[in-house]
Amino acid sequence: MNTTVATTETEGKSWGGGNQPLKASYGKMMMWFFIVSDALTFSGFLAAYGFSRFKFIGSWPIADEVFTHVPFFHGNYPMIYVAFMTFVLIMSSVTMVLAVDAGHHMKQKAVTWYMFLTVIGGLIFVGSQAWEWNTFINGDYGAVQTKGGNILQFGKYETVEGETVFKRVAVKDFAAAMPGERVDHERKNGLWYESEGTLPEFSVDEVYTGLLAKKDILVRTQSVNEKGEKTILTREESLKQIKDNGKQVVHGANLQVNEYGSPLFADFFFFITGFHGFHVFSGVIINIIIFFNVIIGTYERRKSYEMVEKVGLYWHFVDLVWVFVFTFFYLV
Amino acid sequence: MAHAHKLEIFRGLVKFKSNTQKIWGVLIFLTLVTAVEVVLGIYKPDALMVPVLGMKGLNWIFIILTLVKAYYITWDFMHMRDETKSLRRMVVWTSIFLICYLIFILLQEGGYIESVYSNGYVKRDF
Repeated sequence: MNTTVATTETEGKSWGGGNQPLKASYGKMMMWFFIVSDALTFSGFLAAYGFSRFKFIGSWPIADEVFTHVPFFHGNYPMIYVAFMTFVLIMSSVTMVLAVDAGHHMKQKAVTWYMFLTVIGGLIFVGSQAWEWNTFINGDYGAVQTKGGNILQFGKYETVEGETVFKRVAVKDFAAAMPGERVDHERKNGLWYESEGTLPEFSVDEVYTGLLAKKDILVRTQSVNEKGEKTILTREESLKQIKDNGKQVVHGANLQVNEYGSPLFADFFFFITGFHGFHVFSGVIINIIIFFNVIIGTYERRKSYEMVEKVGLYWHFVDLVWVFVFTFFYLV
Repeated sequence: MAHAHKLEIFRGLVKFKSNTQKIWGVLIFLTLVTAVEVVLGIYKPDALMVPVLGMKGLNWIFIILTLVKAYYITWDFMHMRDETKSLRRMVVWTSIFLICYLIFILLQEGGYIESVYSNGYVKRDF
């Protein structure tokens, strides 16, 4: 009997709580473990992206040509908007550490303000990402997809400030409008159990006719040449490619087709930035909960703002992941 | 709790007076690194486009700068600098080992499949 009691007592000492192995509290250490496992998930995704990219290394889309828009501005500004998004997220990380620091000094008012700013930063970031998705889904120039699943884009040589550059041309600017017979398959006019999505604005025939009429327009394929630029075909090859291999006109990107190149690029973009955006979104929700807890004084009564620190770890992790997503989707 | 912060970065080259000051210092550094990345990404200097170890030299610069940023986010924003050595090693080396393994195995296979395509065993250039 005595011995049993003795064991229980020692057990109570090591397992009964209040113990801090590695000088970190239980909650903080578990947050670290969660972050490690989540980091492995994200690196799995990014490595899978790398796998597909190395698989199609000779034809992968060039990010600088895909993400070129800035809200409220017209023109070609690669990288600018995404750099702004990165800065917003780093900035909200900074307000988060400042909140943690103010928490260590038990300054309720300062923590409230810094948490508020962190939430605002998070919302700006999620909003920007929604805008980025919207732009990507809507696309800009349009292209023709071949039977083999490759993408043919259009453009022409122009002289800008004495230099000859290849300028992209939108499909809708040259395709001829012809009365077509292709009807959208709906349940009421075909098989009742099947329906199809919206038809493309133009048929390949219309594009071909338009291409014949405009003699300066050339086709650009997705294969990358030695200089790291997409290959531009001659006039004869351009016409031949569209006539022989053109299958459908694509505009914008979704999970099946992508006017910028390999559909896998769009799939991974939606999947990885979507998963990251979901993390940011849940981080914002958790931050809002903590924000209100700070206001009603939960942590004042608890005499410790450690909860802010734990949530802060998660928020910084989201920032950390974005740093990698930024590099591998937009820079490399 | 980690009340005593280590206030040096760059191995003691820069010392800060308070934790708040250190946070702003790290922000300036991270912004600077991001700005360098963006400028390099827009202008793509020809001198850096030479292939180094199977990739463009510029891409290696981007990856190294990203790892630098990741280090300062983890060490200063997530207070890894103030944790015990064993916690630090547990978190960092586990991830580094497993991530390196993942990257190696997937990129290796991706390169192999690319070579199958480009050697003409599987045709897709139509």
